[in-house]
Amino acid sequence: MSDIASRIEAANAETLRRILAADPVLVDVIPAHEALPRLREKMILHAGPPIEWARMCGPMRGAITGIAVFEGWASDLRDAEAKAEAGAFQFEPNHHHDCVGPMTGMTTLSQPLLVVENRAFRVRAYCAINEGLGKVMRFGGNDDEVLTRLRWIRDVLGPALGAALRDLGGVPLKPLIARGLSMGDEMHQRNVACSSLLLRTLAPALARKVSDPYALSAVLDFIGRNDQFFLNVAMAMGKSISMPAEGVKDSSIVTVMCRNGTDFGVRVSGLGKEWFTAPVEMPQGLYFPGYTIEDANPDMGDSAIVEVVGLGGFAMGAAPAVVGFIGAGPASRAADFTHAMAEIAIGSNPEWTIPSMDYAGVPTGIDIRRVVDTGVVPMINTGIAHRKPGVGQVGAGTVKAPITCFEKALVAFAREMGVS
Amino acid sequence: MSVVINEVRRGLYLDSVALMRMSREIAALPEVEEAGLMMGTPANKEILRNAGVLDATGEAAAAGDLVLALRAATKVIADDALAAAKKLLDQPKQQTESGSSWKPRSLRAAMTLAPDASLALISVPGDFAAAEARKALSLGLHVMMFSDNVSIEDEIELKREARARGLIVMGPDCGTAIINGAPLAFANQIPRGRIGIVGASGTGIQEVSCLIARLGGGVSHAIGVGGRDLKAEVGGISTLQAIDWLDEDPDTDHIVLISKPPAPSVVNAVATRIGESKKSFTVCFIGAAHTSLHGDARLATTLKSAAELAMGKKLHAHTAHVGKGAARGRFVRGLYSGGTLCAEAQVLFRDAGVAVASNAAIPGVRKIASGDHGHLLIDLGDDEFTRGRPHPMIEPSVRDQPLREALADPSVGVILIDLVLGFGGHADPAGHLASMLKGRMGEGPIIIGSVTGVEDDPQPLAAQTRKLEEAGVIVAPSNADAAALALRAISD
Amino acid sequence: MTPEKPNKPPKSLLKSPLKVVNVGLEGFADDLARQKTPVVRVQWSPPAGGDPELARLLSKLGG
Repeated sequence: MSDIASRIEAANAETLRRILAADPVLVDVIPAHEALPRLREKMILHAGPPIEWARMCGPMRGAITGIAVFEGWASDLRDAEAKAEAGAFQFEPNHHHDCVGPMTGMTTLSQPLLVVENRAFRVRAYCAINEGLGKVMRFGGNDDEVLTRLRWIRDVLGPALGAALRDLGGVPLKPLIARGLSMGDEMHQRNVACSSLLLRTLAPALARKVSDPYALSAVLDFIGRNDQFFLNVAMAMGKSISMPAEGVKDSSIVTVMCRNGTDFGVRVSGLGKEWFTAPVEMPQGLYFPGYTIEDANPDMGDSAIVEVVGLGGFAMGAAPAVVGFIGAGPASRAADFTHAMAEIAIGSNPEWTIPSMDYAGVPTGIDIRRVVDTGVVPMINTGIAHRKPGVGQVGAGTVKAPITCFEKALVAFAREMGVS
Repeated sequence: MSVVINEVRRGLYLDSVALMRMSREIAALPEVEEAGLMMGTPANKEILRNAGVLDATGEAAAAGDLVLALRAATKVIADDALAAAKKLLDQPKQQTESGSSWKPRSLRAAMTLAPDASLALISVPGDFAAAEARKALSLGLHVMMFSDNVSIEDEIELKREARARGLIVMGPDCGTAIINGAPLAFANQIPRGRIGIVGASGTGIQEVSCLIARLGGGVSHAIGVGGRDLKAEVGGISTLQAIDWLDEDPDTDHIVLISKPPAPSVVNAVATRIGESKKSFTVCFIGAAHTSLHGDARLATTLKSAAELAMGKKLHAHTAHVGKGAARGRFVRGLYSGGTLCAEAQVLFRDAGVAVASNAAIPGVRKIASGDHGHLLIDLGDDEFTRGRPHPMIEPSVRDQPLREALADPSVGVILIDLVLGFGGHADPAGHLASMLKGRMGEGPIIIGSVTGVEDDPQPLAAQTRKLEEAGVIVAPSNADAAALALRAISD
Repeated sequence: MTPEKPNKPPKSLLKSPLKVVNVGLEGFADDLARQKTPVVRVQWSPPAGGDPELARLLSKLGG
């Protein structure tokens, strides 16, 4: 093997070691202004790679106007839009703040954030709380109903969860995910098992910490009704696992994949903070009755961080039900997706295994060299948002990471390695 | 006025043999003048351009794109043909037995399905073959490289790396092997027996192994090494490894070595190694003059004599008979699909003192010049005939045009042909040839041929032979016998 | 499984049962399957979708 290739192999082994050595624990829920030291007034963090107002898609703009009203930076949606247009708000990606957010991924000062601490590396990552299904801000929803729910999350749910988690001393997530995989979750499109397992763990502590029985009931009901409640926990966990894997010199392993409804962005361990972007693709999938691909927005969200750590599309073999739900073929072929993703991963996770695949570990550590070589791109399980702000989710499917991101990253990586 | 239409499928890769078969089907449609389905590499685009089927759409295709290009009498016919081509492309592929639709895209992933695999059989285009072979070696696999157009530098590097790892690289350009009784690539269903073969020539291995089978023997293993293994640069790395292994193999008593004449330095190394062996050898350096050997080794000048020496008995004379001087025209035209069969015929002509020319000339034989007219023995598997087309063993129609010309040439008295059966080859080469010869009984040149094959081949030997005989071909029991018959037919 | 280490001793070609990984022409794999020789098919396509520049970089970067 050439010297360059062996340096890359060694670096990638280190990157994979860091990913596999992670010990993520859900430790707290705290307001964003406490969690994120560089977050300021009128700064709005969004999903995906950097983007300016002019290039934002409909749902992203909808969410931004909504969150500006929620934060009191605009009197109404129209005012918010004018201010956004005039440059009154500063936009930055969540990923620049150790943070992630689903779909539009709005993060601002007063929102409560889930805190996942990777205890093996003493780093913390953050994600807002899942708002539930239907008309929600992550799909660009921004009317009173949406903002009222956000206020309740801020004033009731967030503090309750934080108190319960502190009371419990945190909830270790690695074993929880392992159980979820054996119960049919892949932690992106299907979180029903993990949401239930988490609620079961939290419920006694919530009962100890929430004195008002009506508030307690509302909290339990909100979590219990939302099959995707755990998604945001899994995302913060994914970020906390991938953070120590960033910046390993000579490593060609992907540390971030995300999309903002306009661009898909990738980061690579050995290339630090540099973004490699390409136009995001349309998800392929099934639509809720009454909607078609004509209604769909290009893909959005930081949720692809779960694929970065071997879940979602990479763990499809664990979640046959998801295959049918997203229109990806017969459920019996679920393992094929995991096999295919193993082509581009350098290893697998011995602690996260798939029973029906003879306990094979989920493929982990996406190598940009293998992506470009094979043309097999990471497959991401995703929800489909309506292209118009405020309508919400219209379907679910899969989206392929655009190969161009990986090709651009490979060229930059080659330059970094002194190869021309 | 003809109409050219092109369509490009971005990023769709299919191997060239599959594409050529489709091209032929489309080109055969009525009033379709020419058709080509090819990957859009610069070389392929040149072929399409020269064929007058490439338009601006096809010109814009990249190497990883599939070009569908065709020319037809009218727009309607062209559109229909394009639709037919697309239907061929899109027809559902065979399902895998496990019910899984996943097929590994890389050797590495394939190893997760078959961690106990022992051999990689590589037949991708030459530009990519060395990289795949390197991956296979690093995964601990022995390699058979069917691919050609691999640089000799890559060959040397791969063989050295393989040897260091205790592995072997058979090839590049290795058409034939039989390992543990299993025919690989172009090989025949030879019974298992106690003769091991090491061969730098695919059709050479096929002819010798088939003749051994016909003599009642069998083969333990036949190890191909590729046509350049015995060149000075490569130094016989794979040949020496194969001899080592067969020397230790309890199922092998006798070893047959087949190659074109090796470099002198390599002859010495091989002769020394043979001298150290516990086993007996038959050596056939086809076309070589004198070679000195050590140990228990006999020299054969033809493939037929190699098989006979290895078996210790003679091939029975066949009923085929040609009268002395029976041919009407003066010259022999050999149209060979097997390169080593062409070389063997040259040996017989040369050693009989008959001047002959070939496009793949052996030592002592003249290289063909343009407009050449005497006795010509042509290897149709040579690059000049196979560029952008399949090998004549896969696609016997490669012989059609030269055969028509020879049949129409009054100076040609004998046409010599070979038919190579076995896995990898065309399903019915005799049937194809017979269709070419229909209605020509008793006219023009005498056609003499031989069939390299055995009864257990996918195209049973007896049925193929009968088809040839019914078409008026005189079928000799071996390629060497066919050449001898041809010489007899033109003798004074 | 951490990155796989293929440094196990090589299988003997002649002594161990033949099991083939086919990379390229499908017909060769079909023939082997017909003879009941175990074969795994790689659905091969040119590296980097046939882009020569990327393929060149990949060959230097290994993997």
